[in-house]
Amino acid sequence: MTEIQEKKKKKSAAKRGGCILLCAVLIIGSLWFLQQLFMPKYMHDIVEGAMIAEYYQEEKDHDVIFVGDCELYENISPQVLWDEYGINSYIRGSAQQLIWQSYYLMEETLRYEKPKAIVFNVLSLKYNEPQKEAYNRMTLDGMRWSMSKVHSIEASMLPEENFIEYVFPILRYHSRYSSLTEDDLTYLVKKDAVTHNGYYMRVDVRPAENVPEGKPLGDYTFGENAMSYLVKMNELCKENGVELILVKAPSLYPYWYDEWEEQVEVFAKENDLKYYNFLKATDEIGLDFTEDTYDAGLHLNLSGAEKLSRYFGRILSEECGIESRRGEAALEAQWDEKRQAYEADRDAQYAEIGKNRNEE
Amino acid sequence: MLFTSYEFLLFLLIVFTLYYLIPKKWQWKFLLLASYVFYFTAGRTYLLYIGATTVTTYLAARKIQDRKDAFKASFDAVKQGLTREEKKQKKEAEKKHQFRLMLVCLLFNLGILAVIKYTNFTISNINGILHAFGSEKTLSFVNLVIPMGISFYTFQSLGYLIDVYQGKIKAERSLGKFALFVSFFPQLVQGPISRYSDLAESLYTEHKADYRTITLGLERILWGFFKKLVIADRMLVAVNAIIKDTETYNGAFAFVGMLFYALELYADFTGGIDITIGTAQTLGITVTENFNRPYFSKSIKEYWKRWHITMGTWFTDYIFYPLSICKSMQKLSKFSRKHFGEQIGKRIPVYLASFIVWFTTGIWHGANWNFIAWGIGNFVVIMISQELEPLYYRFHSRFRVLGKTWFKMFQVVRTVLIMSCLRMFDCYRDVPLTFKMFGSMFTKFSVKSLTGAAFSGLGLTVWDYAILLVGALLLFTVSMLGRSGSVRGKIAGFAFPVRFLIWYGLFLTVLVFGAYGIGYSASQFIYNQF
Repeated sequence: MTEIQEKKKKKSAAKRGGCILLCAVLIIGSLWFLQQLFMPKYMHDIVEGAMIAEYYQEEKDHDVIFVGDCELYENISPQVLWDEYGINSYIRGSAQQLIWQSYYLMEETLRYEKPKAIVFNVLSLKYNEPQKEAYNRMTLDGMRWSMSKVHSIEASMLPEENFIEYVFPILRYHSRYSSLTEDDLTYLVKKDAVTHNGYYMRVDVRPAENVPEGKPLGDYTFGENAMSYLVKMNELCKENGVELILVKAPSLYPYWYDEWEEQVEVFAKENDLKYYNFLKATDEIGLDFTEDTYDAGLHLNLSGAEKLSRYFGRILSEECGIESRRGEAALEAQWDEKRQAYEADRDAQYAEIGKNRNEE
Repeated sequence: MLFTSYEFLLFLLIVFTLYYLIPKKWQWKFLLLASYVFYFTAGRTYLLYIGATTVTTYLAARKIQDRKDAFKASFDAVKQGLTREEKKQKKEAEKKHQFRLMLVCLLFNLGILAVIKYTNFTISNINGILHAFGSEKTLSFVNLVIPMGISFYTFQSLGYLIDVYQGKIKAERSLGKFALFVSFFPQLVQGPISRYSDLAESLYTEHKADYRTITLGLERILWGFFKKLVIADRMLVAVNAIIKDTETYNGAFAFVGMLFYALELYADFTGGIDITIGTAQTLGITVTENFNRPYFSKSIKEYWKRWHITMGTWFTDYIFYPLSICKSMQKLSKFSRKHFGEQIGKRIPVYLASFIVWFTTGIWHGANWNFIAWGIGNFVVIMISQELEPLYYRFHSRFRVLGKTWFKMFQVVRTVLIMSCLRMFDCYRDVPLTFKMFGSMFTKFSVKSLTGAAFSGLGLTVWDYAILLVGALLLFTVSMLGRSGSVRGKIAGFAFPVRFLIWYGLFLTVLVFGAYGIGYSASQFIYNQF
């Protein structure tokens, strides 16, 4: 082969290589862009889907981690726990978080940090099987890829779901082309925080009136699957030297049956775990369901959440031995900054309510 | 495993990769394995049926071939000493033996098809008759699952057997190779009904990975996905809404539904065939084309030469011609000419054979009267158009419109409308309801009823209609371009950046606008049911 021919061959190979590279960049780039564009941003109407991912932006040296559903992320204020007890905490909550999702979130969290205690809300024991794809997505899409996420997806998928749609969410959300909003472009890459260390603040009030009684059930026994994850949670915490604390939030609805209570009490006793049912302590906490709830007793508003947090903060520091970290300059600075955001959110919400009242 | 499922794409990726990695002499064996794995995923018990058809057809064809070869050898040795009559007698005697062998195999396999597919249909008709005669007795239905693609692989196998019997092809010596011919996975779901002479060589030859062939195959698959997911499965929503609520959607909506179904069926069936042919092409295998822009046909006859071509030719070659020339038909021909005169007499056997073909075509599509009515409807339309031919001739000799563009367009539209009307039997799946809806197009037609609000009740959004409109225009444009040569050939001639943009644009269109995933119900290909 002559030198010219060799040069030509090299040039042609380089050209082909360049072409392939360009195509690959174009394909990957455009697919990434479309995926980012189509994935729900959860910035306004339904913010619950953005909660799980927020954790990764945090400094991960918390004393207490809360894991569970809306009965945690709407009822506990980590800001109050810090302000009043110097407890550095975070809520890894999401809407209708199923117990296996809580377990895998716990497993993932323990890879990042070793808190002194993990608090789990027991309401999700009532679900023995996956429920709704939309809720699955709100918990799972925000998780970073790890074996915990893989296992959580496998445990949560409904028959109509496909694993690959979690790997490439564009396959799930492609049909959002018809419902894209400005938010989808605004939050394409970076999202705003929707919580305060996992706490979803609501300041409005809707008194609890005529709270429905629980309907009789055919079987009150928690499902085997759900209970097996509670056992695994306990084992996981023990292996990691973390105290597992079980709680039942003081939400009046969904109804919490005595038979369920009994099962949790037995489990806690048998496994030497602390269990606090706040439904039994509403008076002690000082909850007034005519003004401490924003949705007629399902969830607490800011006033209720702060009352509960004060109450539980005392338990955490006095009964569970979670020490105050007041005086740690860096942490103090972080919380000061967070407090500003917390107060700004609170004031904005009150202002919005006032504005709406005036308009009415 | 649906063609449009993730599982199928993964399966295809694995098959494709391994196919070109393994030694080439193993390629056909690997394809056989892949085909059986594919079929296994559809239903374990299905393997028994396809296995039975494969083995019996293989053995019968081998036996016929062996007899043919042995007879030829012995006949050649003695033929010089035989008179013409003796030669004829010997040949006929041998032919009878071979015919019996073929017949046993045909009856066995058609028997399987008949029992599985038509038992409950027969029971339902018997019950209907009993009821009509006032009997309260009813026969219970039997629980039979129809194996995937049974109509397709049975006909393909029987076509092979008849070809061997007729001496058109030599019987395959290898059971494995024959099993691959019957079960080749891309065409197992909905055809085409390939001929052994067309497929075998390409199926068993060793194939090298060829950039052009593979990209052409992938391009065809992508085009098939576009038709199925972007158009057919989106249109399905509106079609279902119309046929499920005939109280609301009749009159003008029945007309709209008829047109929607025409588009849906075309996109669904041709899309599926595109995926089939494209898949085979990526493996270096050439599968017979099944469509040739059928909606550009100017007559029903032409339409049936361009729509589901392999089925049409199968019925023509293996039912119509043998029936037309069989002894009983010749006798009928003589009888009818004698008693009804030359003009009518010569038509009777042809129309009878044609009627049987269309009746069989109808019932092949499904065990229901609507399919039979559809088949007979086709027969009636073809018969009428043949009978009216002298009239056409007179018309065209007086008015010189033939060949003029507007008249061609009229012929095309007329053909599409007639075929769409007939397809209402398939769409509504109920003969009286079909007639009722057809009648409502004339008695209750009101353009005013086609308001925006009524359209929104069909389950499609403005976006869906826009996508369907653009999709249909794209289909039409590609078909128009196809008149002056292969569109894919033209694309292949473009510079790589242009080709890449076309492919990637099509891919993104399917990815974003495809009706797949949660929120859409994954629908089986319509022809997969047959």
